[in-house]
Amino acid sequence: MMKFVIVAGTPGSGKTSVLLHAINHLKNKSIQPSVAKIDCLYTDDDKRYAKTGVPVLVGLSKDMCPDHFGIYNTEELLDFAIKNKSDLLIVETAGLCHRCSPYTKGSLGICVIDATSGPNTPMKVGPFLSTADIVAITKGDVISQAEREIFRESVLEMNPNAKIIEINGLSGKGCSELAEEIMLAKAVESGDDVLRHNAPLAICTLCVGETRVNKAHHRGILRRIDGFQFYEGE
Amino acid sequence: MYNFVNNNEPITKIYFMIESITIIGGYGKTGEQEPLQTIKINKGEIIGIVGPTGSGKSSLIGDIEQMAQYDTYSKRSILINGLKPSYEERTNPKKKMVAELSQNMNFLADMTVVEFLKKHAKCRGKNEDCVNTVIEHANRLTGEPIHKDHQLTILSGGQSRALMVADVAIISNSPIVLIDEIENAGIKKHEALELLSGHGKIILVVTHDPVLALMTERRIVMQDGSMQKLLTTTAKEKMVSKNINLLDRRIMKLREMVRYGELIEEFSLDFDEEVLLKKAI
Repeated sequence: MMKFVIVAGTPGSGKTSVLLHAINHLKNKSIQPSVAKIDCLYTDDDKRYAKTGVPVLVGLSKDMCPDHFGIYNTEELLDFAIKNKSDLLIVETAGLCHRCSPYTKGSLGICVIDATSGPNTPMKVGPFLSTADIVAITKGDVISQAEREIFRESVLEMNPNAKIIEINGLSGKGCSELAEEIMLAKAVESGDDVLRHNAPLAICTLCVGETRVNKAHHRGILRRIDGFQFYEGE
Repeated sequence: MYNFVNNNEPITKIYFMIESITIIGGYGKTGEQEPLQTIKINKGEIIGIVGPTGSGKSSLIGDIEQMAQYDTYSKRSILINGLKPSYEERTNPKKKMVAELSQNMNFLADMTVVEFLKKHAKCRGKNEDCVNTVIEHANRLTGEPIHKDHQLTILSGGQSRALMVADVAIISNSPIVLIDEIENAGIKKHEALELLSGHGKIILVVTHDPVLALMTERRIVMQDGSMQKLLTTTAKEKMVSKNINLLDRRIMKLREMVRYGELIEEFSLDFDEEVLLKKAI
């Protein structure tokens, strides 16, 4: 049994910075998480994570959508955490089009969103915001309080059930609250987990609405976490 | 004084129950414990925060705004009426006790003045009718009139600041108001401070300006990220305050002359109070 946390967010919103602070809080509470960083073409965030002393796995999705790639490889990600004797896996996924929701029903879904992106952004992005359990709003310190409050309200309009945490990736403010929420996450069994929301159209079975996690359920142009890319189907 | 509370939300009752805030000291930039470990500020007080650039004034304001609970750089914590505020009180804007006027001079939101104010009024659980009052008050603080259909992003620094002041005073109308370097805003600072300081409010003003610093009752001196000491404005300082206020008014007058393209060919450095009074009025 493994606690499974999926973190999604717009590029540059501060996902890694926020998680680094949260991981330090978790470690202070004697929790040893494993981290998987899913990116598209390049990342050096693994070095940043490695500094906190947690095991890090990097997955580069290349031609595949990073969210789809993460979902497809869920089992390997969980195995990595098990192998490292963690009881918590944090997956940070790059996401590109924001039309996906990478969160599974069994995971804790955290959306990181940048308050400077404007009060209409929550309306523009898709299920990765509206189906999240927690919405972490970053960079609130560079806008006025009034704008910050309006942004928060826009988020709540799109996801009335979200728990909102105003968070600062530089100072770490709010990250202890995020860590508390992560500790409350439920444990999942990987095999039968399903997505909260189907992915938009593209070129694999996920793109046509398959929500089951793992290899047995997928066809199309797929890329495994070890870098092997192939077509599976008729 | 100004009091624009016109809603019956139960939350306004909480506003007027604030008796004090307490700042529990943490650590400075060098990792050493702050010399000042507890500061209690009572309702109705205006407190100054002074210190050189980079001394941690804005961070202190930030800690109070967020009601830090050992979770910021400084590891300070903030108590309301001697108690730890709840998570809701810290984050829900409808329950928020702190209004902040930061150094951020520009708006990033792509909407008109009236749309913005209406949205903010809704967030704070206020009636939309207050929007016109906000614009009226903002226009008393700035020389260039703000129109309700202006795009927020095209407002000048002075207009943005004036609108932020009026928004904080009327829409946010919280019992604790934090002000960061209002003197740099290019607006009328006395009027702005008067508008912001309602009955019983706790005001904290970050300032380098002796006029504002001496208007406060006590001031926290910051250095290297730490609260070093707490000064109480002395009787002598209050006398000085009167004089520099007069001087300040003269400078303001000169500023208006510069603005309107007039020549300044006469200015006397006469500090005699009688003379200053005559010239100022």
